Amino acid sequence: MTSMRKTLCLAVASTALGLGAALPAAASGALTVVSWGGAYTKSQVMAYHKPWVKKTGIKINSVDYNGGMAEVKAQVESGNVTWDVVDVEASDAVRGCDEGLFEEIDASTLPPAPDGTPASKDFLPGTIYPCAIPEIVWSTVVAYDKTKFTGKKPSKIGDFFDIKQFPGKRGLRKKPKVNLEWALMADGVPTDKVYEVLGTDAGVDRAFKKLDQIKSDIVWWEAGAQPPQLLADGEVAMTSAYNGRLFNAQVNEHKPFVIIWDGQVWDLDLWAIPKGAPNLQAALEFVRYSTDTVRNYDQSNYISYGPVRKSAAALVKPKMRPYMPTNPKNFKNALKNDFEFWADHQDELTDRFTTWLSR
Amino acid sequence: MSTSLDTLQAAQVIGGDSLKARLASAERRNKIRAFLLVVPLLLFLGVTFFGPIASMIGRGFEDPLLPDNLPLTLEALADWDPSTSPLPPDKAFRALGEEMLIAHKAHLLGRVATRLNYAKGGMRSLVTKSGRKIKRLAKAKLPADDKAWRTALLKVDKRWGKTIYWATIKNVGHRYTLNFYLRSFDLGRDLTGAITKVVENQRLYFFNGANSVWQRTIWISFLVTAFCVLLGYPVAYLLATLPLRTSNLLMILVLLPFWTSLLVRTTAWIVVLQSEGVLNNLLIFLGLIDHRVQLIFNRFGVVVSMTHILLPFMILPIYSVMKNISPSYVRAARSLGANPFSAFWRVYFPQSVPGIGAGGLLVYILALGYYITPALVGGPKDQLVSYFIADHTTHTLNWGLAAALGGILLVGVLIIYAVYDRLVGIDNMKLG
Repeated sequence: MTSMRKTLCLAVASTALGLGAALPAAASGALTVVSWGGAYTKSQVMAYHKPWVKKTGIKINSVDYNGGMAEVKAQVESGNVTWDVVDVEASDAVRGCDEGLFEEIDASTLPPAPDGTPASKDFLPGTIYPCAIPEIVWSTVVAYDKTKFTGKKPSKIGDFFDIKQFPGKRGLRKKPKVNLEWALMADGVPTDKVYEVLGTDAGVDRAFKKLDQIKSDIVWWEAGAQPPQLLADGEVAMTSAYNGRLFNAQVNEHKPFVIIWDGQVWDLDLWAIPKGAPNLQAALEFVRYSTDTVRNYDQSNYISYGPVRKSAAALVKPKMRPYMPTNPKNFKNALKNDFEFWADHQDELTDRFTTWLSR
Repeated sequence: MSTSLDTLQAAQVIGGDSLKARLASAERRNKIRAFLLVVPLLLFLGVTFFGPIASMIGRGFEDPLLPDNLPLTLEALADWDPSTSPLPPDKAFRALGEEMLIAHKAHLLGRVATRLNYAKGGMRSLVTKSGRKIKRLAKAKLPADDKAWRTALLKVDKRWGKTIYWATIKNVGHRYTLNFYLRSFDLGRDLTGAITKVVENQRLYFFNGANSVWQRTIWISFLVTAFCVLLGYPVAYLLATLPLRTSNLLMILVLLPFWTSLLVRTTAWIVVLQSEGVLNNLLIFLGLIDHRVQLIFNRFGVVVSMTHILLPFMILPIYSVMKNISPSYVRAARSLGANPFSAFWRVYFPQSVPGIGAGGLLVYILALGYYITPALVGGPKDQLVSYFIADHTTHTLNWGLAAALGGILLVGVLIIYAVYDRLVGIDNMKLG
């Protein structure tokens, strides 16, 4: 062969190889499971992914995201779905189901508890949705570095908004969820009336006015792994965070962080399957497998999120119990995130929040 | 061009008109052949470049959700004038009720609700709740006629008795609309459809004072360009006047950042500028400050890191122009009695201006479109327009607004380019 033909053959062969390698994972049958990254995804890998791969031999391709329906919506609407299973917050589960973005999952196919209780009775009441199956109870809490406050220590949610007594920057999630509720609670609204007030225009104005008080001292975070990092860097004095990530920093990384459980806003995380997912059967099996009693309990060994199944919650090891958001000691002034409220009002409040942020 | 004319005249002299005609057709054939060689590339560019851009700009004008899902409602609302009667005719109530039910069953009502919510906050919950309640009503018995539908809808939610919600549906119901482009400048429409500024606390892009998004983008880009000129000019001068071996070595140092990822360079600035970072530690160690200064997540951090990242784009054009300036001009000026500064300012500097122009244009246009650097090192008040384009594309999924913002940015850049062409001439641009 002449050198020109050799070069041509080489070019064609490498292009073919490249195209072949670029074929999506879906073609080979691997399951794409999307979750929030960091310590949380690690706990799922240990408790769900590894046993699943061992049992079925189907590989799992783990992807990270920061929540919200935007990516799922874009995939479903463009007809090009690459995600098989997505870990969603409760308000996104409600929303996704409303907008036809998720496949329906028949709850009667979920495995029963070891003692025979059917799944519908074993899961916490009202947590199974037509398009999403819950896994854990998690909570957004305030945390601080105890070495930074030598005198009086912050102990309630109002202290987060008190820059005078507890100076230093604050960390908050770059979404209106929880921030608006906390602003109202710090402004004196009783916990059981928060969503009632937030449902009115005057209530929303009141929440933003309270946030205005500390606006210049806020550092905004988007990924769950950021707030413990901000605390460790000394970038903030107090920050909101997902409680499991703080557990990871306190216990696994031995950081001197303290969690303020007062005013915790608890929420659910659920598995949902985008409509048109490439590996629907495997996705359904994975959801059923990972929400059975043993798997559900096992995750609590790696991160401090409460299992949603009563049979699994009963198995939680004693050393993990103090860190659980549902522990009665931590649950004294807890607010349940109103998923329906956020499913309905998320768009306009996010719009108002983004504008307020950028002005 | 002039050569072919000469050839033609020569042909006429040598062989008469037939030769001239044959030469002209031969030249035409050559031109067509040359064009055909370029056609595949033009088609490729058309499909992969011009096509998508045109489609994106077009998306800023399209608003098909309501015309596709509520066609009969919009038809019923066509003759209604919000300024004269507070509520539309009964047939509109019936059309809306029926179409909301159909959309709810097809799982499409959520999208319609979201679209209406962009125009009037609160409509998402109104529409989705109404859809659910009408479905429950359908299980019992649907209203029989228009008037019954009116009563039913008002019972489902009394907000359907307010003009503003119907006016919003009417307003959003045009398939082709200027609304997204208007929104990009903080303009909206009132009840009658006339153009007004949006509510004060929603103004962000243009009518929010000096820190409005468009003004902010133009100003920060200008600042970054100015700093790049100030810092880049001396470096380029050094590179152009040093002996070749040293200047090649220094050139490698200028080009090295291109081999590093943009994200790595940006996050390196976070490490340097953060409150417990290198610069603050140094300043405290030297005793120059006693409280840590906020150098990042604010305007300072954005300008510093953008200048750093865009500096090579300024240095290289200026360097390439300076390389072509013969040193004999300055020497001649000096020998004629000019002092060093005068020689530089009046002889050397004017010759290097095309380089500054080229570098400045490049840096300015790049800075206008910057997204990742301000997103990482800037505060919420320092985000440039591309952040909002990304936010509307990936978070709020308001693709119409994202397309409008992108289209305006593109047109703005093309105008700047055209102005530069007029003033300086693109053909005079030297990039090396």
